[in-house]
Amino acid sequence: MPATDEGFDLRILPCADRGLLLEVADLDEVVSLNAALAENTPEGVSDVVPAARTVLLRLETGTDPERVVSALADLRRPAGTGAERGETLTVPVHYDGEDLDDIADLTGLSPREVVAAHTGTPWTVAFCGFSPGFGYLVGGDPRLDVPRRSEPRTQVPAGAVALAGTFTGVYPRVSPGGWQLLGRTDARVWDPERDPPGLLRPGVRVRFEEAS
Amino acid sequence: MSVLEVLAAGPLTTVQDRGRAGHADLGVGPSGAADLDSHTLANRLVANPPGAAGLEATLGGLRLRAHGDLTLAVTGAPAPLTVDGHTAALNSVLHVADGSELALGTPGRGLRTYVAVRGGIDVPPVLGSRSTDVLAGLGPDVLVPGTRLPVGPAPEGMPGIDLAPVGPVGASEVVLRAEPGPRADWFTGAALETLFTGAFEVTPRSDRVGARLSGPVLERAREGELPSEGMVAGALQVPPGGEPVLFLADHPATGGYPVVAVVCAADLPLAAQARPGTRVRFAPWRRTP
Repeated sequence: MPATDEGFDLRILPCADRGLLLEVADLDEVVSLNAALAENTPEGVSDVVPAARTVLLRLETGTDPERVVSALADLRRPAGTGAERGETLTVPVHYDGEDLDDIADLTGLSPREVVAAHTGTPWTVAFCGFSPGFGYLVGGDPRLDVPRRSEPRTQVPAGAVALAGTFTGVYPRVSPGGWQLLGRTDARVWDPERDPPGLLRPGVRVRFEEAS
Repeated sequence: MSVLEVLAAGPLTTVQDRGRAGHADLGVGPSGAADLDSHTLANRLVANPPGAAGLEATLGGLRLRAHGDLTLAVTGAPAPLTVDGHTAALNSVLHVADGSELALGTPGRGLRTYVAVRGGIDVPPVLGSRSTDVLAGLGPDVLVPGTRLPVGPAPEGMPGIDLAPVGPVGASEVVLRAEPGPRADWFTGAALETLFTGAFEVTPRSDRVGARLSGPVLERAREGELPSEGMVAGALQVPPGGEPVLFLADHPATGGYPVVAVVCAADLPLAAQARPGTRVRFAPWRRTP
Protein backbone atom coordinates (compact mmCIF):
# COMPACT_ATOMS: atom_id res chain seq x y z
CA MET A 1 0.00 0.00 0.00
CA PRO A 2 1.13 3.52 -0.70
CA ALA A 3 1.75 4.90 2.77
CA THR A 4 5.51 4.40 2.55
CA ASP A 5 6.23 7.17 0.05
CA GLU A 6 4.69 10.54 -0.71
CA GLY A 7 3.05 9.55 -4.00
CA PHE A 8 -0.24 7.79 -4.76
CA ASP A 9 -0.90 4.23 -5.83
CA LEU A 10 -3.24 4.88 -8.76
CA ARG A 11 -4.97 2.67 -11.27
CA ILE A 12 -5.49 4.97 -14.28
CA LEU A 13 -8.54 4.02 -16.34
CA PRO A 14 -9.14 5.52 -19.81
CA CYS A 15 -12.10 7.71 -20.91
CA ALA A 16 -10.93 8.38 -24.51
CA ASP A 17 -10.01 12.07 -24.83
CA ARG A 18 -12.69 13.15 -22.32
CA GLY A 19 -11.09 12.21 -19.04
CA LEU A 20 -9.04 9.93 -16.84
CA LEU A 21 -10.55 7.89 -14.05
CA LEU A 22 -8.15 7.40 -11.15
CA GLU A 23 -8.98 4.43 -8.92
CA VAL A 24 -7.49 4.15 -5.44
CA ALA A 25 -7.74 1.67 -2.56
CA ASP A 26 -10.43 3.27 -0.46
CA LEU A 27 -12.35 6.41 0.46
CA ASP A 28 -9.54 7.77 2.67
CA GLU A 29 -7.27 7.68 -0.36
CA VAL A 30 -9.97 9.46 -2.42
CA VAL A 31 -10.10 12.29 0.14
CA SER A 32 -6.32 12.56 0.17
CA LEU A 33 -5.98 12.38 -3.63
CA ASN A 34 -8.72 14.95 -4.11
CA ALA A 35 -6.93 17.33 -1.73
CA ALA A 36 -3.66 16.84 -3.63
CA LEU A 37 -5.40 17.51 -6.95
CA ALA A 38 -7.14 20.60 -5.57
CA GLU A 39 -3.75 22.03 -4.63
CA ASN A 40 -2.09 21.00 -7.84
CA THR A 41 -4.57 20.54 -10.68
CA PRO A 42 -2.85 19.34 -13.86
CA GLU A 43 -3.10 21.67 -16.84
CA GLY A 44 -6.01 20.87 -19.16
CA VAL A 45 -8.25 19.45 -16.42
CA SER A 46 -11.65 21.21 -16.25
CA ASP A 47 -13.19 19.29 -13.35
CA VAL A 48 -12.00 17.03 -10.55
CA VAL A 49 -14.81 14.67 -9.51
CA PRO A 50 -14.22 12.55 -6.40
CA ALA A 51 -16.49 9.56 -5.71
CA ALA A 52 -16.41 6.52 -3.43
CA ARG A 53 -13.37 4.76 -4.86
CA THR A 54 -12.28 7.03 -7.70
CA VAL A 55 -11.42 10.56 -8.74
CA LEU A 56 -12.37 11.54 -12.29
CA LEU A 57 -10.34 14.16 -14.12
CA ARG A 58 -12.51 15.69 -16.82
CA LEU A 59 -10.38 17.11 -19.63
CA GLU A 60 -10.78 20.32 -21.60
CA THR A 61 -11.26 19.74 -25.32
CA GLY A 62 -7.93 19.19 -27.01
CA THR A 63 -6.04 18.11 -23.90
CA ASP A 64 -3.71 15.17 -24.46
CA PRO A 65 -4.53 12.59 -21.76
CA GLU A 66 -0.93 11.33 -21.82
CA ARG A 67 0.37 14.71 -20.70
CA VAL A 68 -2.00 14.66 -17.75
CA VAL A 69 -0.85 11.13 -16.90
CA SER A 70 2.75 12.41 -16.85
CA ALA A 71 1.76 15.24 -14.51
CA LEU A 72 0.17 12.73 -12.13
CA ALA A 73 3.52 11.05 -11.53
CA ASP A 74 4.67 14.20 -9.74
CA LEU A 75 1.60 14.41 -7.54
CA ARG A 76 2.45 14.39 -3.83
CA ARG A 77 0.35 13.97 -0.74
CA PRO A 78 -0.53 17.31 0.81
CA ALA A 79 1.24 17.96 4.10
CA GLY A 80 -0.72 17.43 7.30
CA THR A 81 -3.91 15.57 7.97
CA GLY A 82 -7.25 16.48 6.49
CA ALA A 83 -8.20 18.02 9.81
CA GLU A 84 -5.37 20.52 9.57
CA ARG A 85 -6.03 21.39 5.94
CA GLY A 86 -9.73 21.79 5.43
CA GLU A 87 -12.05 24.58 6.47
CA THR A 88 -14.50 23.62 9.19
CA LEU A 89 -18.18 24.36 8.87
CA THR A 90 -20.60 24.23 11.80
CA VAL A 91 -24.10 23.05 10.92
CA PRO A 92 -26.85 23.55 13.54
CA VAL A 93 -29.41 20.75 13.52
CA HIS A 94 -32.86 20.36 15.07
CA TYR A 95 -32.75 16.65 15.97
CA ASP A 96 -36.44 15.93 15.49
CA GLY A 97 -36.29 13.68 12.40
CA GLU A 98 -39.01 11.17 11.67
CA ASP A 99 -36.53 8.28 11.79
CA LEU A 100 -34.69 9.23 14.97
CA ASP A 101 -36.34 6.45 16.99
CA ASP A 102 -35.68 3.90 14.23
CA ILE A 103 -32.04 4.98 14.12
CA ALA A 104 -31.84 4.50 17.88
CA ASP A 105 -33.31 0.98 17.56
CA LEU A 106 -30.98 0.09 14.68
CA THR A 107 -27.85 1.26 16.50
CA GLY A 108 -28.80 0.12 20.00
CA LEU A 109 -28.38 3.67 21.27
CA SER A 110 -30.92 5.94 22.87
CA PRO A 111 -32.13 8.91 20.79
CA ARG A 112 -30.02 11.22 22.98
CA GLU A 113 -26.97 9.02 22.43
CA VAL A 114 -27.59 9.16 18.66
CA VAL A 115 -27.53 12.96 18.84
CA ALA A 116 -24.39 12.89 20.98
CA ALA A 117 -22.70 10.54 18.50
CA HIS A 118 -23.68 12.67 15.48
CA THR A 119 -22.43 15.89 17.10
CA GLY A 120 -19.45 14.34 18.88
CA THR A 121 -17.15 13.70 15.93
CA PRO A 122 -16.23 15.99 13.03
CA TRP A 123 -17.22 14.67 9.59
CA THR A 124 -15.55 15.29 6.22
CA VAL A 125 -17.27 15.72 2.85
CA ALA A 126 -15.85 12.89 0.74
CA PHE A 127 -17.72 13.54 -2.50
CA CYS A 128 -20.97 14.87 -3.96
CA GLY A 129 -23.56 13.01 -5.97
CA PHE A 130 -27.25 12.21 -6.33
CA SER A 131 -28.11 15.86 -6.97
CA PRO A 132 -26.19 19.16 -7.10
CA GLY A 133 -24.86 20.05 -3.65
CA PHE A 134 -25.60 16.68 -2.00
CA GLY A 135 -22.42 15.82 -0.10
CA TYR A 136 -21.54 12.39 1.26
CA LEU A 137 -19.93 12.96 4.67
CA VAL A 138 -17.65 10.36 6.24
CA GLY A 139 -15.54 9.90 9.32
CA GLY A 140 -18.30 10.05 11.90
CA ASP A 141 -18.89 7.88 14.95
CA PRO A 142 -18.70 4.26 13.69
CA ARG A 143 -21.73 3.28 15.78
CA LEU A 144 -23.88 5.34 13.40
CA ASP A 145 -24.16 2.66 10.71
CA VAL A 146 -27.73 2.18 9.47
CA PRO A 147 -29.27 0.76 6.29
CA ARG A 148 -31.29 2.90 3.93
CA ARG A 149 -35.03 2.81 4.45
CA SER A 150 -36.62 -0.15 2.72
CA GLU A 151 -39.17 2.25 1.19
CA PRO A 152 -37.69 5.53 0.03
CA ARG A 153 -39.76 8.65 0.66
CA THR A 154 -41.14 10.34 -2.42
CA GLN A 155 -40.42 13.73 -0.88
CA VAL A 156 -37.72 14.66 1.60
CA PRO A 157 -37.64 18.34 2.58
CA ALA A 158 -34.70 20.61 1.85
CA GLY A 159 -32.36 20.79 4.85
CA ALA A 160 -33.15 17.27 6.08
CA VAL A 161 -30.13 15.77 7.86
CA ALA A 162 -29.94 12.04 7.30
CA LEU A 163 -27.92 8.85 7.66
CA ALA A 164 -27.28 5.90 5.33
CA GLY A 165 -24.56 3.30 5.83
CA THR A 166 -21.75 5.15 7.56
CA PHE A 167 -22.52 8.34 5.59
CA THR A 168 -24.37 11.40 6.75
CA GLY A 169 -25.75 14.08 4.44
CA VAL A 170 -27.99 17.12 4.11
CA TYR A 171 -30.66 17.18 1.40
CA PRO A 172 -29.92 20.33 -0.62
CA ARG A 173 -33.45 20.67 -1.97
CA VAL A 174 -36.76 18.84 -1.92
CA SER A 175 -36.28 15.45 -3.54
CA PRO A 176 -37.13 11.77 -3.20
CA GLY A 177 -34.82 10.01 -0.77
CA GLY A 178 -34.15 6.76 1.06
CA TRP A 179 -31.86 7.96 3.85
CA GLN A 180 -32.91 7.81 7.54
CA LEU A 181 -33.96 11.25 8.74
CA LEU A 182 -32.20 12.48 11.88
CA GLY A 183 -33.34 16.07 11.86
CA ARG A 184 -33.20 19.27 9.87
CA THR A 185 -31.01 22.32 9.53
CA ASP A 186 -31.86 25.89 8.61
CA ALA A 187 -28.43 26.25 6.99
CA ARG A 188 -28.83 26.63 3.23
CA VAL A 189 -26.28 24.10 2.05
CA TRP A 190 -27.10 24.74 -1.62
CA ASP A 191 -27.82 28.06 -3.33
CA PRO A 192 -26.91 28.38 -7.02
CA GLU A 193 -26.98 32.18 -6.70
CA ARG A 194 -24.25 32.14 -4.07
CA ASP A 195 -20.48 31.72 -4.40
CA PRO A 196 -19.68 29.02 -3.48
CA PRO A 197 -23.08 27.55 -4.41
CA GLY A 198 -22.57 24.48 -2.23
CA LEU A 199 -21.28 24.57 1.34
CA LEU A 200 -20.62 20.82 1.39
CA ARG A 201 -17.74 20.71 -1.09
CA PRO A 202 -15.38 17.72 -1.01
CA GLY A 203 -12.70 18.20 1.64
CA VAL A 204 -14.78 20.49 3.88
CA ARG A 205 -14.93 19.37 7.52
CA VAL A 206 -18.32 19.59 9.19
CA ARG A 207 -19.23 19.70 12.84
CA PHE A 208 -22.93 19.23 13.59
CA GLU A 209 -24.28 20.93 16.72
CA GLU A 210 -27.68 20.79 18.33
CA ALA A 211 -29.66 23.91 17.45
CA SER A 212 -31.05 25.74 20.44
CA MET B 1 -33.27 46.26 -25.22
CA SER B 2 -34.15 43.89 -28.04
CA VAL B 3 -36.17 40.81 -27.24
CA LEU B 4 -36.94 37.49 -28.89
CA GLU B 5 -40.50 36.48 -28.09
CA VAL B 6 -41.34 32.77 -28.21
CA LEU B 7 -44.57 32.16 -30.15
CA ALA B 8 -44.19 28.36 -30.24
CA ALA B 9 -41.50 26.19 -28.65
CA GLY B 10 -41.90 22.84 -30.45
CA PRO B 11 -41.24 19.60 -28.53
CA LEU B 12 -38.35 21.06 -26.47
CA THR B 13 -36.42 24.28 -26.87
CA THR B 14 -33.85 25.41 -24.31
CA VAL B 15 -31.29 28.17 -23.89
CA GLN B 16 -27.76 26.77 -24.25
CA ASP B 17 -24.20 28.00 -24.20
CA ARG B 18 -21.02 25.96 -23.79
CA GLY B 19 -22.09 24.67 -20.37
CA ARG B 20 -20.97 24.72 -16.77
CA ALA B 21 -17.44 23.47 -16.24
CA GLY B 22 -15.78 23.59 -12.85
CA HIS B 23 -18.63 22.53 -10.55
CA ALA B 24 -18.68 18.77 -11.11
CA ASP B 25 -17.21 18.21 -7.63
CA LEU B 26 -20.50 19.61 -6.29
CA GLY B 27 -22.47 17.14 -8.38
CA VAL B 28 -23.26 19.62 -11.17
CA GLY B 29 -23.27 18.16 -14.68
CA PRO B 30 -21.75 19.94 -17.69
CA SER B 31 -24.92 20.77 -19.66
CA GLY B 32 -24.40 23.12 -22.65
CA ALA B 33 -25.30 22.68 -26.32
CA ALA B 34 -25.56 18.97 -27.13
CA ASP B 35 -24.12 19.58 -30.62
CA LEU B 36 -21.39 22.03 -29.77
CA ASP B 37 -20.17 22.24 -33.39
CA SER B 38 -23.49 23.60 -34.66
CA HIS B 39 -23.80 25.95 -31.68
CA THR B 40 -20.30 27.28 -32.32
CA LEU B 41 -21.00 27.81 -36.02
CA ALA B 42 -24.21 29.73 -35.29
CA ASN B 43 -22.33 32.07 -32.97
CA ARG B 44 -19.52 32.53 -35.49
CA LEU B 45 -21.97 33.52 -38.24
CA VAL B 46 -23.34 36.41 -36.15
CA ALA B 47 -19.83 37.27 -34.82
CA ASN B 48 -20.71 36.38 -31.23
CA PRO B 49 -18.02 35.14 -28.88
CA PRO B 50 -18.13 31.32 -28.65
CA GLY B 51 -19.61 31.40 -25.16
CA ALA B 52 -22.73 33.39 -26.12
CA ALA B 53 -26.03 31.69 -25.33
CA GLY B 54 -28.41 30.66 -28.12
CA LEU B 55 -31.36 28.36 -28.53
CA GLU B 56 -31.43 24.60 -29.05
CA ALA B 57 -34.66 23.39 -30.66
CA THR B 58 -35.37 19.65 -30.62
CA LEU B 59 -37.20 18.51 -33.77
CA GLY B 60 -37.98 22.09 -34.76
CA GLY B 61 -41.39 23.63 -34.16
CA LEU B 62 -39.91 26.87 -32.86
CA ARG B 63 -41.43 30.22 -33.82
CA LEU B 64 -39.90 33.51 -32.69
CA ARG B 65 -40.86 37.15 -33.09
CA ALA B 66 -38.15 39.83 -33.17
CA HIS B 67 -38.69 42.91 -31.05
CA GLY B 68 -35.99 45.18 -32.46
CA ASP B 69 -33.94 44.64 -35.63
CA LEU B 70 -31.96 41.46 -35.02
CA THR B 71 -29.26 39.43 -36.74
CA LEU B 72 -29.78 35.68 -36.47
CA ALA B 73 -28.26 32.45 -37.74
CA VAL B 74 -29.75 28.96 -37.77
CA THR B 75 -27.58 25.83 -37.89
CA GLY B 76 -27.71 22.13 -37.09
CA ALA B 77 -30.56 19.80 -38.03
CA PRO B 78 -31.95 21.12 -41.33
CA ALA B 79 -35.41 22.36 -40.38
CA PRO B 80 -37.40 24.19 -43.07
CA LEU B 81 -36.81 27.84 -42.20
CA THR B 82 -38.93 30.88 -43.00
CA VAL B 83 -38.79 34.56 -42.10
CA ASP B 84 -42.22 36.17 -42.45
CA GLY B 85 -43.24 33.20 -44.57
CA HIS B 86 -40.33 33.50 -47.02
CA THR B 87 -37.89 30.61 -47.21
CA ALA B 88 -34.51 31.41 -45.69
CA ALA B 89 -31.20 29.55 -45.68
CA LEU B 90 -29.61 27.68 -42.82
CA ASN B 91 -25.97 28.41 -42.02
CA SER B 92 -26.35 32.00 -43.22
CA VAL B 93 -26.61 35.46 -41.69
CA LEU B 94 -30.26 36.54 -41.42
CA HIS B 95 -31.28 40.14 -40.89
CA VAL B 96 -34.67 40.00 -39.20
CA ALA B 97 -36.56 43.28 -38.88
CA ASP B 98 -38.48 44.43 -35.84
CA GLY B 99 -41.82 42.59 -35.71
CA SER B 100 -40.79 39.85 -38.11
CA GLU B 101 -41.36 36.18 -37.38
CA LEU B 102 -38.85 33.36 -37.79
CA ALA B 103 -40.25 29.85 -37.95
CA LEU B 104 -38.65 26.41 -37.96
CA GLY B 105 -40.53 23.41 -39.39
CA THR B 106 -39.63 19.85 -38.50
CA PRO B 107 -36.19 18.81 -39.75
CA GLY B 108 -36.15 15.94 -42.24
CA ARG B 109 -33.02 14.55 -40.61
CA GLY B 110 -30.97 15.24 -37.51
CA LEU B 111 -32.47 16.22 -34.18
CA ARG B 112 -31.29 19.58 -32.87
CA THR B 113 -31.40 22.96 -34.60
CA TYR B 114 -29.55 25.98 -33.19
CA VAL B 115 -30.50 29.64 -33.32
CA ALA B 116 -27.93 32.29 -32.50
CA VAL B 117 -28.81 35.95 -32.16
CA ARG B 118 -26.18 38.65 -32.44
CA GLY B 119 -25.58 39.78 -28.84
CA GLY B 120 -26.59 36.43 -27.37
CA ILE B 121 -29.54 35.49 -25.18
CA ASP B 122 -28.94 37.61 -22.08
CA VAL B 123 -30.72 35.70 -19.31
CA PRO B 124 -28.96 35.66 -15.92
CA PRO B 125 -26.25 33.00 -15.73
CA VAL B 126 -26.43 30.29 -13.05
CA LEU B 127 -23.06 28.93 -11.89
CA GLY B 128 -21.36 30.68 -14.77
CA SER B 129 -23.63 29.38 -17.53
CA ARG B 130 -26.94 30.25 -19.17
CA SER B 131 -27.58 26.62 -20.12
CA THR B 132 -30.69 24.77 -19.05
CA ASP B 133 -29.78 21.47 -17.38
CA VAL B 134 -32.99 19.44 -17.69
CA LEU B 135 -31.72 16.74 -15.30
CA ALA B 136 -30.48 18.95 -12.46
CA GLY B 137 -33.07 21.69 -12.95
CA LEU B 138 -30.46 24.44 -13.23
CA GLY B 139 -30.49 27.46 -15.51
CA PRO B 140 -33.37 29.15 -17.32
CA ASP B 141 -36.74 27.45 -17.66
CA VAL B 142 -37.55 25.43 -20.76
CA LEU B 143 -39.09 27.83 -23.32
CA VAL B 144 -42.87 28.11 -23.52
CA PRO B 145 -45.04 30.31 -25.74
CA GLY B 146 -44.87 33.79 -24.31
CA THR B 147 -41.29 33.54 -23.02
CA ARG B 148 -39.50 36.82 -23.73
CA LEU B 149 -35.76 36.39 -24.13
CA PRO B 150 -33.63 39.52 -23.69
CA VAL B 151 -30.91 39.98 -26.32
CA GLY B 152 -27.53 41.26 -25.14
CA PRO B 153 -25.54 44.15 -26.62
CA ALA B 154 -23.99 43.40 -30.02
CA PRO B 155 -20.31 42.42 -29.93
CA GLU B 156 -17.73 44.66 -31.62
CA GLY B 157 -16.93 42.31 -34.50
CA MET B 158 -19.14 42.28 -37.58
CA PRO B 159 -20.23 39.08 -39.35
CA GLY B 160 -17.43 38.24 -41.79
CA ILE B 161 -19.23 35.75 -44.00
CA ASP B 162 -22.79 35.47 -45.28
CA LEU B 163 -22.92 31.72 -45.63
CA ALA B 164 -20.92 28.85 -44.13
CA PRO B 165 -20.45 25.66 -46.15
CA VAL B 166 -21.13 22.72 -43.85
CA GLY B 167 -21.59 19.01 -44.38
CA PRO B 168 -25.02 17.49 -43.95
CA VAL B 169 -26.19 17.24 -40.34
CA GLY B 170 -28.06 14.09 -39.37
CA ALA B 171 -28.05 10.74 -41.18
CA SER B 172 -29.90 7.44 -40.99
CA GLU B 173 -26.70 5.76 -39.81
CA VAL B 174 -23.77 7.20 -37.88
CA VAL B 175 -20.39 5.76 -37.01
CA LEU B 176 -19.02 6.97 -33.69
CA ARG B 177 -15.35 6.51 -32.81
CA ALA B 178 -14.98 5.14 -29.30
CA GLU B 179 -12.34 3.66 -27.04
CA PRO B 180 -12.93 0.83 -24.54
CA GLY B 181 -13.82 2.65 -21.34
CA PRO B 182 -12.86 2.63 -17.68
CA ARG B 183 -14.93 -0.48 -16.91
CA ALA B 184 -14.39 -2.45 -20.11
CA ASP B 185 -13.07 -5.23 -17.87
CA TRP B 186 -16.58 -5.66 -16.46
CA PHE B 187 -17.60 -7.03 -19.87
CA THR B 188 -16.64 -10.16 -21.77
CA GLY B 189 -14.28 -10.02 -24.73
CA ALA B 190 -17.22 -11.06 -26.87
CA ALA B 191 -19.18 -8.04 -25.62
CA LEU B 192 -16.42 -5.68 -26.75
CA GLU B 193 -16.31 -7.39 -30.12
CA THR B 194 -20.08 -7.05 -30.38
CA LEU B 195 -19.85 -3.37 -29.49
CA PHE B 196 -17.48 -2.66 -32.37
CA THR B 197 -19.16 -4.89 -34.95
CA GLY B 198 -22.86 -4.80 -34.11
CA ALA B 199 -25.51 -2.25 -35.03
CA PHE B 200 -27.51 -0.35 -32.43
CA GLU B 201 -30.52 1.90 -32.76
CA VAL B 202 -31.39 5.13 -30.94
CA THR B 203 -34.64 4.58 -29.03
CA PRO B 204 -37.39 7.14 -28.40
CA ARG B 205 -36.42 7.27 -24.71
CA SER B 206 -33.54 9.57 -25.56
CA ASP B 207 -33.10 13.11 -24.36
CA ARG B 208 -30.43 15.66 -23.45
CA VAL B 209 -29.22 13.33 -20.67
CA GLY B 210 -28.36 10.59 -23.11
CA ALA B 211 -29.14 8.65 -26.25
CA ARG B 212 -30.55 5.28 -25.27
CA LEU B 213 -29.61 2.44 -27.57
CA SER B 214 -31.25 -0.87 -28.38
CA GLY B 215 -29.26 -3.65 -29.95
CA PRO B 216 -27.24 -6.75 -29.15
CA VAL B 217 -26.71 -7.55 -25.47
CA LEU B 218 -23.30 -6.58 -24.08
CA GLU B 219 -22.58 -9.46 -21.73
CA ARG B 220 -20.97 -8.78 -18.40
CA ALA B 221 -17.90 -10.65 -17.24
CA ARG B 222 -18.68 -9.96 -13.62
CA GLU B 223 -21.65 -9.38 -11.40
CA GLY B 224 -21.98 -7.01 -8.50
CA GLU B 225 -22.47 -3.32 -8.03
CA LEU B 226 -20.06 -0.60 -8.96
CA PRO B 227 -19.64 2.24 -6.45
CA SER B 228 -20.81 5.46 -8.13
CA GLU B 229 -18.07 7.24 -10.05
CA GLY B 230 -17.58 10.36 -12.15
CA MET B 231 -18.99 10.33 -15.68
CA VAL B 232 -17.99 12.10 -18.90
CA ALA B 233 -20.08 13.09 -21.90
CA GLY B 234 -19.62 10.33 -24.47
CA ALA B 235 -19.58 7.57 -21.86
CA LEU B 236 -21.56 4.48 -22.87
CA GLN B 237 -23.05 3.27 -19.61
CA VAL B 238 -24.61 -0.19 -19.47
CA PRO B 239 -27.28 -0.87 -16.84
CA PRO B 240 -27.90 -4.57 -16.14
CA GLY B 241 -30.43 -5.90 -18.63
CA GLY B 242 -31.22 -2.40 -19.86
CA GLU B 243 -30.56 -0.21 -22.84
CA PRO B 244 -27.04 1.21 -22.96
CA VAL B 245 -27.05 5.00 -22.52
CA LEU B 246 -24.66 7.21 -24.43
CA PHE B 247 -24.31 10.23 -22.18
CA LEU B 248 -24.86 13.67 -23.72
CA ALA B 249 -24.70 17.21 -22.30
CA ASP B 250 -27.07 16.88 -19.31
CA HIS B 251 -25.61 13.62 -18.00
CA PRO B 252 -25.35 13.25 -14.22
CA ALA B 253 -21.99 14.12 -12.66
CA THR B 254 -21.69 10.59 -11.30
CA GLY B 255 -23.23 7.25 -12.19
CA GLY B 256 -23.36 3.75 -10.79
CA TYR B 257 -23.30 1.49 -13.86
CA PRO B 258 -20.14 0.39 -15.65
CA VAL B 259 -18.96 2.37 -18.70
CA VAL B 260 -17.94 -0.03 -21.46
CA ALA B 261 -16.63 2.59 -23.90
CA VAL B 262 -16.26 6.35 -24.39
CA VAL B 263 -16.97 8.21 -27.64
CA CYS B 264 -14.26 10.71 -28.58
CA ALA B 265 -15.02 14.41 -28.19
CA ALA B 266 -15.03 15.11 -31.93
CA ASP B 267 -17.87 12.64 -32.58
CA LEU B 268 -20.19 13.74 -29.80
CA PRO B 269 -22.04 16.24 -32.07
CA LEU B 270 -22.87 13.32 -34.40
CA ALA B 271 -24.35 11.44 -31.45
CA ALA B 272 -26.32 14.52 -30.42
CA GLN B 273 -27.90 14.70 -33.89
CA ALA B 274 -28.92 11.03 -33.95
CA ARG B 275 -32.70 11.03 -33.74
CA PRO B 276 -34.68 8.00 -32.55
CA GLY B 277 -34.45 5.30 -35.21
CA THR B 278 -30.91 6.23 -36.25
CA ARG B 279 -28.57 3.24 -36.62
CA VAL B 280 -25.39 3.61 -34.59
CA ARG B 281 -22.14 1.74 -35.11
CA PHE B 282 -18.96 2.12 -33.11
CA ALA B 283 -15.48 2.20 -34.65
CA PRO B 284 -12.24 2.02 -32.69
CA TRP B 285 -10.87 5.45 -31.80
CA ARG B 286 -7.12 5.77 -31.97
CA ARG B 287 -5.17 8.35 -30.06
CA THR B 288 -3.29 10.53 -32.51
CA PRO B 289 0.12 11.78 -31.42
